This record gives sequence, C-alpha cells and structure tokens, in this order.
Amino acid sequence: MKVFLAVLRRDLLLAWRARADLLVALSFFLIVASLFPFGVGADPNQLRAIGPGVVWVAALLAVLLALPRLFDKDFDSGVLEQLLLSPEPAVLWVAAKIAAHWLATGLPLVILSPLLGTMYRLEGVELGVLAGGLLLGTPILSLVGAIGAALTLGLRGAGSLLALLVLPLFVPVLVFGAGAVDAWGAGMGVSAQFSLLGGGLLGALALSPLACAAALRLAVE
Amino acid sequence: MNIFRFSSPQTFYPLAGRLVPVFAVLAAAFLAAGLYIGFFEAPTDAVQGEVYRIIHIHVAAAWMSMFIYLVMAFWSAIGLGLGTRLSFYMTQALAPTGALFCFIALWTGALWGRPTWGAYWVWDARLTSQLLLLFLYFGFIALTRSIEDPRRADKAGAIIALVGAVNVPIIYFSVKWWNTLHQGASVKPGGSSMASVMLWAMLLTALGCWFYSLAVTLTRARSIILERERHTDWASIEIARLGSK
Repeated sequence: MKVFLAVLRRDLLLAWRARADLLVALSFFLIVASLFPFGVGADPNQLRAIGPGVVWVAALLAVLLALPRLFDKDFDSGVLEQLLLSPEPAVLWVAAKIAAHWLATGLPLVILSPLLGTMYRLEGVELGVLAGGLLLGTPILSLVGAIGAALTLGLRGAGSLLALLVLPLFVPVLVFGAGAVDAWGAGMGVSAQFSLLGGGLLGALALSPLACAAALRLAVE
Repeated sequence: MNIFRFSSPQTFYPLAGRLVPVFAVLAAAFLAAGLYIGFFEAPTDAVQGEVYRIIHIHVAAAWMSMFIYLVMAFWSAIGLGLGTRLSFYMTQALAPTGALFCFIALWTGALWGRPTWGAYWVWDARLTSQLLLLFLYFGFIALTRSIEDPRRADKAGAIIALVGAVNVPIIYFSVKWWNTLHQGASVKPGGSSMASVMLWAMLLTALGCWFYSLAVTLTRARSIILERERHTDWASIEIARLGSK
C-alpha cells in the first residue's frame, strides 16, 4: 500500500506542476462540446436531445487526448524501467498511476460537465445524472485507455493508433453513460445504467492493471 | 503421434503445406455447392422475394468474422501462457481473413438492407457491433504492424486481442440495449423458421468459408514462419529453394 500512496502522491505532484497541460485537455473538452450547436443549430429541443451524447463524446475525446501522458514521460526518463525492476508488485503502482491520472484529467471533466449540460438546456436532476454517469464512467475510460497507452508506448504515430485501439472499447461506457440521462428524461430511472457502469468499473479495476503491467514490461524490454 | 510436435514452426511448416491444397479444394467444393443450391434450388422467399438469397453469403461471413476473433483470442491466450511462437504467428495470420469477412458481412448487409429496410445503413444492434468488430480487427492489425520488434509485436497483439475478446460480448450487449431494429435471429437450435433447403445452402457456404479461412490462414502462416525464422538453417534453405524456382 505504501508504494501505491507514494506513486499516487508523486504523480499528482507532477501533474500539478505541469498544470498548463491539464488546462489544455480541459479546454479541449469545453471547445469540442461547444462546437456542436454551430453545426446543428441552436434549437433548444434539439440541444436537449443531443446534449448528453455530445458531452459524453467530448469527455471520451478529452480522455483520449490525455492518455499518452500517462506513461510517456516516465518511459523517456527511465523511471518506468526502475519501477519495473523494483520488487514492488507492478499492479499496485500501475493502479496508482492510473488513479492519479484520473484525478488529474478525469475528475475535472466530471466537475465541469454540469456547466456544459446547462449550455445544452439540461436541468436539475438531469445535470446530476450526467455528472454521476461521468463519475462512474470516466475511471473506466482511464483504466481501459491505460492498456492502449501502455501498448502503444514509444511507437511512431502512437496517438492515432491509440484512438483506433481504445475508442471501440469505449462504446459501452458511452452507451450506458449517455443512456442514463435519456432514461432519466423518459422517467425510467437510472439504476440499471448506473449498476452496469459500476459493474464495468469493478471489472476494469480488477483486470486493467494486470494487462497494463504486462504491456509495460513489453515496452521496456 | 504427439500432436505437440507440430507446435514447432519447423514441423508445422511442411504439415501446413500439405493441408493447404486439401482445404482449398474443400472450400471450392462447399462454396460451389452452397451457392448453387442457394441461387438455383432454394425457393423464392414469400416476403422478401429473391433478395433474401444474399443471406447465403452474408450469414456465413458474419459467423466467420466472429468465430475468427474467438480463435485469435484462443491462440493469444495459448501464446501468452505457454510462450509458443507459432501461436502468435497463427493469430497474425488469422486477422486479415477475419477483417475481410467482417467487411463482407457489412457490405452484403448494406446491399440487403437497401431493398428490405429502405436504407443501406441502419443503426441496429448487429450491424453496429459488426462495425465495431471491424475496428477491433483494424486496431489489432495496425498495432502488430507498427511495432518493429517482432517479439513485442507478438505479445502486444495477443494482449489487445484478449482485451477485445473480453469486450466483444459487452459491446454486443450494450449496442443491443442501445437499439434494436433487426429481425430476430432466424437460425435457432431446435426450431428454424427457414425452409430446410435454404438452411442447407447456408450451412454449405459456411463450411466453404470455414475451409477457405483455413487454407488462406495456413498459407499466410507459412509466409510468416519463413519471414520470422529466416535466421534458422532449415528456413534459409527453404527460402533459397523457393527463390530458385
């Protein structure tokens, strides 16, 4: 557990010192989500209909944009190699790195999402459902995306390759996350979608650090 | 006879070479029989008319595209678990065929959808998950091709194939939840809503596609073996022999 907390603290500190990067990812999220009304028109009913989906897709892309930073710097500086050589179980510090990455890049998306929801005329509890879905869903995106980030570490054209690898895997999260807001709007309740997202989060928590650790070993070898 | 003897590329290579023509002939025979029955013997459908005949290619391709992904995941697991090189070669030899069938299933689906649903593309559960499966194939191929170190490419491909295989049922379930417009599955174990002639034609083309996949995959695996084992004596002799022909 000590190694988990140590890596978590270190990565959060590094993220804080490079906070301009985080701001860029966050602005990207806001800009992508603000582009759609220019393309489809500002009819309030239409905005309400596409709002949850747009915010979710923007969040997906923002997570994707931030993913390469998860391991890149440690790979270049050799820290990753040292961590792999250390006797500590790789799963622990990989999980810590993903947790720190989510706290730095995923959580701000969750906090900002009600603002974007308001721009799309979502109201009251709907905003809460949107943020709640993102709170359950973005960690899954970080966990699954981390596998892709580890597999493409140090490759040419890693960015677009990463998108091709992980975006299809993000679809279920998008379906249930955006679906929760629609279900709430239709008066059906959100327990089904939130349970599935929660289950997905637990599954990803259990499996993703293992796959990540294996992929990182390959990258460093 | 010890079957594990053939897990060595050197012994597998000639075995595959002997099997390829057999599978190729079987593929041609089954496909010819299946397509003949499908196009000339099977009766015209009461609802859809002649258009439904595309089912004989469409269903076989869709089955193969999913089945091949499972086989890839199987070889990936074996390769990661036992560290056998040949398993990785098989995984990579299978991927282009799987992607091809995925594409054929989508294309014939679109051609079938136009007269029946009135649109080439409908966002229904099966079409959409088939499209995502195609992206998974593209991702696998792109990843293994862009890693220069072959050993890393093998294992990275195996990891992404397994991650994809875990996700395929989840994707299918989520997409089905999201929307469903498709007719119910028409081939069910036990009772079938199709005339038995149509069913026969479909099973024959499916077998044909299956043998085609085997023949093409083994041919591709042979090339991969030669490329990757070129530093060994037997492989360099074989390459020289092929080159002098």
